[in-house]
Amino acid sequence: MAEEKPEKKKLDLNRQPMPKQDHWERIRNFDEVALGYPTEVAVKEASRCLQCKKPLCNQGCPVGIDIPGFIRHTVEGDFGSGIRTIKETNALPAICGRVCPQEEQCEKSCILGKKGAPIAIGRLERFLADWEAAHGKIEVPKMSPKTGKKVAIVGAGPAGITVSNDLIILGHDVTIFEALHECGGVLIYGIPEFRLPKAIVNREVEYVRSLGVKIHTDYVVGKTRTVDRLLEEFDALFVGSGAGLPWFMEIPGENLNGVYSANEYLTRVNLMKGFRFPEYQTPVKRPCRVAVVGGGNVAMDSARTAIRLGADEVHLVYRRSRAELPARAEEAENAEEEGVIFDLLTLPVRLFGDENGWVREIECLKMELGEADASGRRKPVPVEGSNFRVPFDAVVIAIGNSPNPLIPMTTPGLEISKKGGIVTQPETARTSRVNIWAGGDIVRGAATVISAMGDGRIAAASMHKYLMNRE
Amino acid sequence: MYKIIERRMIVPNLHEFTVEAPAVAESVKPGNFIIVRADQYGERIPLSVADWDRQAGTVTSIFMQVGGSTARLARLKPGDTIPTFVGPLGKETVIENVGTILCVGGCYGIGSIYPVARAMREAGNKVYTLLEARSSFLLYWEDKLAAVSDKVFVITRDGTKGQKGHIAKLPELMQRAGITPQLVIVNGCTFQMMRVSMATKPLGWKTIVNMNPIMIDGTGMCGVCRLSVGGKTKFACVDGPDFDGHEIDWAEFLARRKSYNPEEVDPLRRSSCQSHF
Repeated sequence: MAEEKPEKKKLDLNRQPMPKQDHWERIRNFDEVALGYPTEVAVKEASRCLQCKKPLCNQGCPVGIDIPGFIRHTVEGDFGSGIRTIKETNALPAICGRVCPQEEQCEKSCILGKKGAPIAIGRLERFLADWEAAHGKIEVPKMSPKTGKKVAIVGAGPAGITVSNDLIILGHDVTIFEALHECGGVLIYGIPEFRLPKAIVNREVEYVRSLGVKIHTDYVVGKTRTVDRLLEEFDALFVGSGAGLPWFMEIPGENLNGVYSANEYLTRVNLMKGFRFPEYQTPVKRPCRVAVVGGGNVAMDSARTAIRLGADEVHLVYRRSRAELPARAEEAENAEEEGVIFDLLTLPVRLFGDENGWVREIECLKMELGEADASGRRKPVPVEGSNFRVPFDAVVIAIGNSPNPLIPMTTPGLEISKKGGIVTQPETARTSRVNIWAGGDIVRGAATVISAMGDGRIAAASMHKYLMNRE
Repeated sequence: MYKIIERRMIVPNLHEFTVEAPAVAESVKPGNFIIVRADQYGERIPLSVADWDRQAGTVTSIFMQVGGSTARLARLKPGDTIPTFVGPLGKETVIENVGTILCVGGCYGIGSIYPVARAMREAGNKVYTLLEARSSFLLYWEDKLAAVSDKVFVITRDGTKGQKGHIAKLPELMQRAGITPQLVIVNGCTFQMMRVSMATKPLGWKTIVNMNPIMIDGTGMCGVCRLSVGGKTKFACVDGPDFDGHEIDWAEFLARRKSYNPEEVDPLRRSSCQSHF
């Protein structure tokens, strides 16, 4: 290695810690855990940035935010310019700052990360978005003249909101059709209040509405009206219908009472507010010993929800080791602080119920790590004869889901992958049908909020081109 | 918001419920269901569709008051509005000419079997309808069903109308009438659908049941409505709600239906100082 050049400014290798609710307090409420940087802390963190001439961080961002740009404005205390810089490419910064897997994306390629902690890009993004909201000066972008073209968006999740934001600014007439009674998709039904307050999601939805986007809730495209019926009225259509049927392990006992998909468990609590039953009328069980199967963000959300619903003991059962946990590092740490017990290298093989059909026990196998598999992670291999049984009165399965089947089932001529997702061209998000685009989980299966937004951005650009060149 | 056109108790504990929802009315078909919330705190509950008027843009369901959420629905009056009325959901009942069809209805299913019988008749089938109730005063829509059926049979538990006894008398009743249906379609409570399936299995009469599990989104996302059909897990909201009654794991289904019974009834035990009338 070449000898390092002397730095102009002294490197600060430690990031500013995120103020959080104390763990003993937050396990009794559903309020947001991370409280956000105060102004002076944000500026201090931002000033660690080296302002690289050839930055790598923005290449790691699916929507290509000018990261050094907004950080520079933050250092200068010009927060208005900072948030404007972000919003040039990201319509939902308050959300992305909270839920993006930054350590896998922008922060992963930060030069500071080679010697110490990478700059806290997500936290700074969140700071600017919250600053803008708190100062009540949400800027309305410059709107292009009306084009007279009509666009239909299926699903008001992160992909759909991004497309509608981009296309309304470009002058198109945009209508969103949302199946549920509230907008936000996974941001509302999936991600818990303690990680992403619903007020923030509602704020973003109201923002696109204020730009002129029309929204129909309780409207299931494919059922209430088919895609083809909508295309009689609309010039182009984007499908962002999101997650579909939850995956189960296909082991005996999975249809016992007390066994939930993470989608069901989280929807009961988040969308339907079951934690406030009976004021809100959707019930949710409050079991004592809960096992959550899986290791992603959804598994962490489910486990931490179970803690807040008063469980005595919550176990996260994951078949690989700690290093392979796909969840955001911060959420895994939070879960551990809150008392979630990690049963790593453990694979459930059978669930046992009582005479009334309620789950009572799980039989598991111990695993060890073998050779690397297709995903580059070491493959877990069962240790023979290591079976053991543990009592649980609820099991939440959080191992992923397939794309939603409704549009694929009801739209002829749409090319569908083996896994049930809509096939698109990655560079345009176009489907096999000429005036239909798609993005997010309906294409990828269970992926991230930011990748759905990235798809939305690509689709919007391609749709705009199509709409303007037509005829 | 969706306007209530009609909500009246049609027989004790069963309500006829008509809502203005033009987009739903435009696409609804026999065998579909809708999801409704009574107010902004409400649970999403699925109701089978019993009738519709495409021109007026209205959809009618029959529901039974069993727990807190249906109690709220039962307090609604014409002119009131509800925040959610979404559908039509689920696959429609397959309508084709198979020859002779026996439509079986019980409880709220006397309502939802009506559009099935109507469509099957229009498709050229001979349609027999069999209604089951505890007593004659719990029967409704007999005239509507008679108008779309070749004959309507009735079984009452107490014998106040038609054949005395239980739905298990179905084969005996059909044998006496000399009817061998090519297809039996059942809409009703879980227990009735199970008993019909058990009775028709040894006779080899193909039996379709319109399943009614607990649901939340109803669009193939949450997975609470899963059931075992022929040893495979299916999702009633997108794979059904119609399934082959001979293939269903009924014990599992009955247990899953009951999983929130305490919570369903709990709000009814509380005095919430709201006007109950």
